[in-house]
Amino acid sequence: MSATAETPKPLTKKDLTADHPTWCPGCGDFAVLAAFFKVLEKLQIPHEKICTIAGIGCSSRFPYFVNGHGVHFIHGRALPFATGVSLSRPDLHVFAFGGDGDGYSIGGNHLDHAARKNVNLTYIVMDNFVYGLTKKQTSPTSPKGFKSKTDPTGSIDQPINPMKKLVYGGASFVARTHAVQVKHMMEVFERAILHPGFSVVEVLSECVIFYPGAFDDGNPRKGGAFELIEEKKWDNSPEDADRHDVSDENAAYRIASLQYPGKFGVFYETDRPTKNQLEQQWIDSSREKNGNASAADLLSARFASMK
Amino acid sequence: MTPIATSEPADITVNPLPAAGVIELQNAVIRFAGNSQDGIQTIGGFLARLAGRSSREVMTYMTIPSTISGGPSIFQVHLGSGEVLSAGDDSDFLFAFYQHSYDSHIGSLRPGGICIYDTDHVETIKSDINAVHVGIPITSTTVEALGGSSRERGKNLFVLGLVTQIFKLNKEKIVSLVSRQFGGKNEDILRNAMVAFDAGFGYPVGDLLGVEYELQQGRNAGVDKVTTDGNTAMVLGLLAGGVRFGSAYPITPWSTIMEQLRVELPKYGGLFVQAEDELAAVAMALGFAYSGRVAVTGSSGPGISLKMEALGYATMAELPLVVINVQRGGPSTGLPTSVEQSDLMQAIYGSHGDCPRIVLAPKNVADCFYIAVEACELAKKYSCPVFVLTDMALASRIEAFDQPDLASYVNEPVLDQAPRGEEFKPYPLDGETRHAPPGTVMKGGTYPVVTGLEHDEWGHPSGSPAIHQKMTERRRDKIKAFGESLPLPEIFGDDSGEILMVGWGSTWGPVREAVLRFRESGRKVGAMHLRHLNPMPNRLDAIFAKFDHVVVVEMNDEGIYGYGQLATLLRSRYCDPKIRSVCKTDGLNYKVRDIIARVEVASLQA
Repeated sequence: MSATAETPKPLTKKDLTADHPTWCPGCGDFAVLAAFFKVLEKLQIPHEKICTIAGIGCSSRFPYFVNGHGVHFIHGRALPFATGVSLSRPDLHVFAFGGDGDGYSIGGNHLDHAARKNVNLTYIVMDNFVYGLTKKQTSPTSPKGFKSKTDPTGSIDQPINPMKKLVYGGASFVARTHAVQVKHMMEVFERAILHPGFSVVEVLSECVIFYPGAFDDGNPRKGGAFELIEEKKWDNSPEDADRHDVSDENAAYRIASLQYPGKFGVFYETDRPTKNQLEQQWIDSSREKNGNASAADLLSARFASMK
Repeated sequence: MTPIATSEPADITVNPLPAAGVIELQNAVIRFAGNSQDGIQTIGGFLARLAGRSSREVMTYMTIPSTISGGPSIFQVHLGSGEVLSAGDDSDFLFAFYQHSYDSHIGSLRPGGICIYDTDHVETIKSDINAVHVGIPITSTTVEALGGSSRERGKNLFVLGLVTQIFKLNKEKIVSLVSRQFGGKNEDILRNAMVAFDAGFGYPVGDLLGVEYELQQGRNAGVDKVTTDGNTAMVLGLLAGGVRFGSAYPITPWSTIMEQLRVELPKYGGLFVQAEDELAAVAMALGFAYSGRVAVTGSSGPGISLKMEALGYATMAELPLVVINVQRGGPSTGLPTSVEQSDLMQAIYGSHGDCPRIVLAPKNVADCFYIAVEACELAKKYSCPVFVLTDMALASRIEAFDQPDLASYVNEPVLDQAPRGEEFKPYPLDGETRHAPPGTVMKGGTYPVVTGLEHDEWGHPSGSPAIHQKMTERRRDKIKAFGESLPLPEIFGDDSGEILMVGWGSTWGPVREAVLRFRESGRKVGAMHLRHLNPMPNRLDAIFAKFDHVVVVEMNDEGIYGYGQLATLLRSRYCDPKIRSVCKTDGLNYKVRDIIARVEVASLQA
């Protein structure tokens, strides 16, 4: 440590900006990146504590565009990798990024398990309803009838409902937003980041090349409706009775069941112990039970017991 | 076959008993054959532990059925006052609990060996074989001793009492081991255990045998040995090597490693996570490794196949990861509880692309500890994945060995978060890989992204042909450099002569014993054992040149071209047609006499 304590410079968007994104012009992911930068600026997370992790896909290029510790891992496995980082490094702020293919298809099982374990990290899914990096194949969220290179006459499989999957999986913070609604996106990102536990934000982020217009129904400027979830204010007002209780799992399913484009905002939020906390409790009690012994002493005792 | 009456403590023997007196034994191979729920592993474990406390050498061998519960099972203990290198080709004593145990294992008894069988369950014995039969109503005597309420539980301890009596073992030590095992539980359990033990210890078996046996005292009397199985030794090696984090998915025979790590690591301030699948397990372990500390994952057969993509990432991103493969019979689900060494090529070449990594294999139970420590050190030094190929035989067998000098082997992991300067390059072309784990301040202001894409020295993705060429060479050359640092393996037996046997992994002991037997008959034979399989030590050809024949002994198939996996590698490395192969895939350990016979045949071919 130097004698003169340095006051850390405030973290700015400039500090966080890395390579220019390789996304196609007009891609929804640019707005997600911009919103992410702004929220980090606002929260002033120490620069070196930011860790972004992604798998494979267009949106999974995210870590290259954030100047922070980052990982571009393999397809579908960003969440277990991020789980390892989160569990062993409580000092870090761990972010996972990805798309609908990476998160809901090849990595779908990991999503359920990261959610049920309530691993302390924030996962942002840029859902574009199509495989973009591999140039237009059907994705798990492609609507029925969507014509792709793997379904030239239109997709025949029922798409998954990400919000239902996230709620049933056990994610403790589940929200949905739209990449053209930057202010809303920033609000839910901030809440997700501040939430202790596994927080997920599903962002409808348009692929202007392979699925243009996919999210116009949720964009007022394109004639759609961006309908927000009204959360309960707990003010005993008559209107409050109809507002959404974010801790009500069944209510979350009901909103998730609304016809497309549905509603945006926080579907579900609950406070339950994170895996990080539960594991730490076990570590603490094990250490205490063994007199906080050193590795050498623990091993000596173990070998002695085998003689 | 002769039907045997079972009403009396049987005194029927097919062959005459040996003349009365005390017979001194240098070695004894005792096989217990029963069902898996009879607790024969428990008494086998006690005997092995006792051997360790009596400065005797010991090696055990067990088979476990892959059924969920029950099924025939054996436990064989080889006790010796000299070096014990194998679990024994034949048994000197057989304890048969059931008719099926008798029928399946009477053939394992050496000519003139002693078979003690439970007259309550074994009804027909073979009168035409050269063995001494002693019938004892093991079940009914145990039930009677325990007051008839405990069904057939406790038979194992009755037999332990018998064995203690027959071999004049140190009863006090055995009792203290039993007390330690059962003492923590309900008092009744320990009391019943001791009642059953005493019933066996007091049973007049000496009258039936007519002789007493005495095992010779081992060398270095007074120094207690550590007695444990290979998977436990591996766990302790990982802990000593500085592993504090890991993740895996359960699979036989790997699971006992992860079960122990799950309980042990929190004591060391670490953590082991049971992942949802093998893919998540290796990914999580890589997350731990990326975070700045060497991590572990492991599995067996099918699970290792599933990890292969992520292991390629570990090579590409150059992350320090130890991967334990407790090999079993393959392919596919194969033989889950049998031994095989058929994953060598997979360990070396199993991921797509040119994907070099270090591959090690322990030779015995003690070596599971040492090789785990070495694997941790190598993973850190070379920042790469390190495979450890152990196997089903090593995983479950118990051996006694000297306690490692812990002061030289215990490493506390260090999280290096010293700020990195502007010149920071994780992958310098002219130096060692050094990552900046997350949390590290980057003074130059640029933070690193670790990627599976080909990348330059700074870790930036690059599709440049020149970069891919250079980086492929860089990843290969660091592994190659490790090979150059390896000393030539020692040769056991003759260092020149007629036949050189080459082995790896758990065949170390039987191959060594084969050398001893060859040499006893006046042959000039040596053995070379490889613990480092990728890279191997260089200049092995200098050793090969000193022998007329080189025969590689391994437990895998000879393949389409007639050579086992290590033999294939050695032939391709040294282009020496003198290198021959002895292979098998019957799921069982090599018997020493089989090695001798087959090495003889193979050497005649060359």
